[in-house]
Amino acid sequence: MLSNLFPRTVTDFIFGERRSKPALVEPSVPGALIEVKGLGKRFGSITAVDGLSFHVKRGEVLGFLGPNGAGKTTTMRMITGYLPPDAGTAVVAGYDVLKSPIDVKARIGYLPEGAPLYGDMTPKSFLEFCADVRGLHPAGKARRLGMVSDLLHLRAVWLQPIDTLSKGFKRRVGLAQAILMNPQVLILDEPTDGLDPNQKHDVRMLLKEMAGDKAIIVSTHILEEVESVCSRAVVIAGGRIVADDTPAALLGRSRLHNAVMIRVAADAATGAKALLQTVAGVATVEAAEDNGPDGTAGLLAIAEGGADVAAPVRAALTKAGIQVREIRVERGRLDDVFRTLTAEPPSERAA
Amino acid sequence: MHHVRVIFRRELAAYFASPVAYVFMVIFVALAGGLTFYVGGLFDRGEADLRPFFQFHPWLYLLLVPAVGMRLWAEERKSGTIELLMTLPIRPGEVVVGKFLAAWVFLGITLALTIPLWITVNVMGRPDNGVILAAYLGSWLMAGGFLALSTVASALTRNQVVAFILGATFSFVFMMSGLDLVQSLFRGWLPPILAETIAGFSFLSHFNVIAQGVIDLRSLVFFASLVAAGLVINAIVIERGKGA
Repeated sequence: MLSNLFPRTVTDFIFGERRSKPALVEPSVPGALIEVKGLGKRFGSITAVDGLSFHVKRGEVLGFLGPNGAGKTTTMRMITGYLPPDAGTAVVAGYDVLKSPIDVKARIGYLPEGAPLYGDMTPKSFLEFCADVRGLHPAGKARRLGMVSDLLHLRAVWLQPIDTLSKGFKRRVGLAQAILMNPQVLILDEPTDGLDPNQKHDVRMLLKEMAGDKAIIVSTHILEEVESVCSRAVVIAGGRIVADDTPAALLGRSRLHNAVMIRVAADAATGAKALLQTVAGVATVEAAEDNGPDGTAGLLAIAEGGADVAAPVRAALTKAGIQVREIRVERGRLDDVFRTLTAEPPSERAA
Repeated sequence: MHHVRVIFRRELAAYFASPVAYVFMVIFVALAGGLTFYVGGLFDRGEADLRPFFQFHPWLYLLLVPAVGMRLWAEERKSGTIELLMTLPIRPGEVVVGKFLAAWVFLGITLALTIPLWITVNVMGRPDNGVILAAYLGSWLMAGGFLALSTVASALTRNQVVAFILGATFSFVFMMSGLDLVQSLFRGWLPPILAETIAGFSFLSHFNVIAQGVIDLRSLVFFASLVAAGLVINAIVIERGKGA
């Protein structure tokens, strides 16, 4: 009754969170470790997140995509219990984030946007602090700390103040903090931002390795990352889901899916283009964007409805006796799909 | 309790990890000593007590405690570490209490560095050490009151300068609430009983009682409830201001 009179913090503050009955919520999708149910958040007159619903199962790595300001970070902040949602809720490992925030937080490893860290601490003291807050007992602590420092190659900077570390090291300290307790659920906001290509590769490998027994959400701008580590991708724009599919299926939506790229001598290009246009199943032929060796030209034969036209194209070229330097079938391009999905129709802006 | 202890340890270590702690301690001790001898005239009075020392404490705290409290939350918000902290399995109240205690103990350590003065008066005469001990405790308690106001100010903003100015202003209003400067603001339109109540919030009058060696229960209750109220408000402000 008292809790109705006072803001939740005050009663929490005085009486402690009621932990007697941590209400376990049965997931509505079997095996779902993260269930987002109609999450919504407004900041003043701006709707940042507009009724999002999705779920992540054990073993899945969900790529969370969207343009800047689409609501990715806000959604992650609501799932992790940092921001209170205006509508809906999230259930993590059976606990409702609104009803048992501490139970949810104990089960999530979270890398916030920009990987904020205490600059005055060393990786060692910072990770010890996180382990202490999370209640890791001393024996297990030394072992876990050793493990994550090896996994993320932090040994070299173990005792240096975090303020003095490079961006790559800082990001990895943030990641170490997230995976410290080997949590069931990992939520990583742009984990590879600021890393060099080798470090990016390492982090992707790490994510793949850990994926087996966890549910992972990774937000990213880097689309090849989605292709290489994610088993599913959710694309949001304007706070709403515009696609929820496997990376392969998203590629299938590309205009360039199954297009045939050929490279011929520059002087043969005009003839080849005219020829390709006559092949059955080819919709249009364009000049390829990428530059090949000097004196050559690339052509893209885009198939009608994404059909497989590789064989007829090759047959036509052979028959005409055109020398082909290179030929390949495009799988499609995610950035292309991404642009199509997230380009806002002008009518929605007014609404 | 476990969480409060973990936060407390980190925060206290954070003070000493930067030059802030040392600068603060040196300045506090130097100012306190200088004021005691040159303005308070400790030696000229011919009395073995520390009244000239303690009488300046409210003014020292007015300047220096907001400087200790300003980083407590503003820095976390500015650097984004508050998101890290608040997504750990820990209650906001535990963080608030742990942070407050760390800053309060830091002020206590600084205060303890002035003990050579206490020794000095004992060498020179026979002071009433009970009075001095009470005054030390009272001073520390009052520092807690100033600190509670400063931490609320720190929670209100992500800018440490703003936090400092707000903290000093809150402290000034409380310190002077018994004096005409502040009272004249209220007397015109508030019923006398409320104006009296506000006058009762005066740090100066409460501290003057304790500094005389009288541990007055009312003053203890006053500072304790001020700290408690400050911490609860702090927790609410933090919860409301997240992500903003």
